[in-house]
Amino acid sequence: MSAPIIKIDSIAKSFGAFKVLDGLSMQVMPGEKLALIGPSGSGKTTILRILMTLERIDGGHIQIDGEHLYHMERNGQLLPADERHLTRMRQKIGMVFQLFNLFPHKCVLDNVTLAPMLTKGTPRAAAEKRAMELLDMVGMADKAKNMPAQLSGGQKQRVAIARALALSPKIMLFDEVTSALDPELVEEVLNVMRKLAAETDMTMLLVTHEMGFAHDFADRVLFFDRGRIVEEGKPDEIFRHPKQERTQAFLKKIIAAGHRV
Amino acid sequence: MTDWSGYLYLILQGALVTVELTLMGSVLALIMAFVAGLGRLSRFFAVRALATAYIEFFRGTSIFVQLFWVYFVLPLAGFELTPLQAGVLGLGLNVGAYGAEVVRGAVQSIGKEQYEACVALNLGRWQGMRHVILPQALLLMLPTFGNNAIELLKATSVVSLISLADMTFQANIVRSQTGNTMLPFATILILYFAMASAISWGVRTLERRMARGLDGVRT
Repeated sequence: MSAPIIKIDSIAKSFGAFKVLDGLSMQVMPGEKLALIGPSGSGKTTILRILMTLERIDGGHIQIDGEHLYHMERNGQLLPADERHLTRMRQKIGMVFQLFNLFPHKCVLDNVTLAPMLTKGTPRAAAEKRAMELLDMVGMADKAKNMPAQLSGGQKQRVAIARALALSPKIMLFDEVTSALDPELVEEVLNVMRKLAAETDMTMLLVTHEMGFAHDFADRVLFFDRGRIVEEGKPDEIFRHPKQERTQAFLKKIIAAGHRV
Repeated sequence: MTDWSGYLYLILQGALVTVELTLMGSVLALIMAFVAGLGRLSRFFAVRALATAYIEFFRGTSIFVQLFWVYFVLPLAGFELTPLQAGVLGLGLNVGAYGAEVVRGAVQSIGKEQYEACVALNLGRWQGMRHVILPQALLLMLPTFGNNAIELLKATSVVSLISLADMTFQANIVRSQTGNTMLPFATILILYFAMASAISWGVRTLERRMARGLDGVRT
């Protein structure tokens, strides 16, 4: 068994007086596909945002790939990470957002090539070749020259996935990537993610309300409530035989709301 | 009968000075707007304080007084400027202070999600600003920049007070030499309006070109 690629050790995070995460610890193995489920405000999205360095932690430690994320080792001492350290660590992580966050002033192709050209110094020709491969994978190669405003939500999200992949991260974070989509567009995004899971050995963390997809996609499901992991296990265990009362209540509510499990 | 063509030539010469002042002043104003506008958003207190001091000072005092300082007081400190240099400096610094607030407002109005996408794609602060935030913010700045440029054009008439022979200055000469107010001032009225219209048209064209294919920035 290899070492975990993500090691979260009793982290804390508050927004004002509201404690979102309180002494949370968890580990993720390389290549693992993880689904984070739970009611809103339970802290699952906050974890992704912390891993992407969009939110800072108030306490605790995070290690990515054997290195501290928010700390640097200098002469045997742990110091708060500076921007340079964070930049180096971010190379290992990519994120896809609920609202796509495409750059509206750049065409699809430029959205994908911008970061590799700027952060890795990839020459334009090479960046475009790679971008076209990725756009082909997500089924968007024929829209390479379109502007984001000309795309549907599902298409935008597929471009956003290609854009995150262009930096070849080891870890991909998916933050409710289908929540903002019309129901008929959800499947095309999920299909891309299935393909990604099947064809790569990337570590993937998924925050989702699509329980059916979480069941098929994940190796392990974590149920969050009030900043803690209430229950975790194989998808079948969590979805068919949840042990904790709160998990049962949450799933019942979700099913009542019409979601397929 | 007065020889109007000679006087018209005089006014056109002045118009050239006005155009020159407007163009050079606008370039300086644009530079100052970005320097001070982005300076106000700096992480460093000293930069923010400096930018704020500049903006508040130049917005808070009259262009007339500023021009006199630049032209008559600075030489006492050893900075000798030609009237044109003084005019460009005064106008550029003054209008740049207004532009700085336009830059700051536009940059701050770009959604948080764009900044987060920059972080997630590991762009540096400046890279994100240069390639993602500013191109979108620029579109929001343009209409107000157009206003500022027209304001600058009209403010150029105050340079006649530091003996620069701009359009208004020349019209006054014609007036005092011919005793006719109507003709020279009708002429420069039309010329100012034509110049302002040219600026409006230019900015609108630029705006339309930049907005092509874009949505979500202007709602």
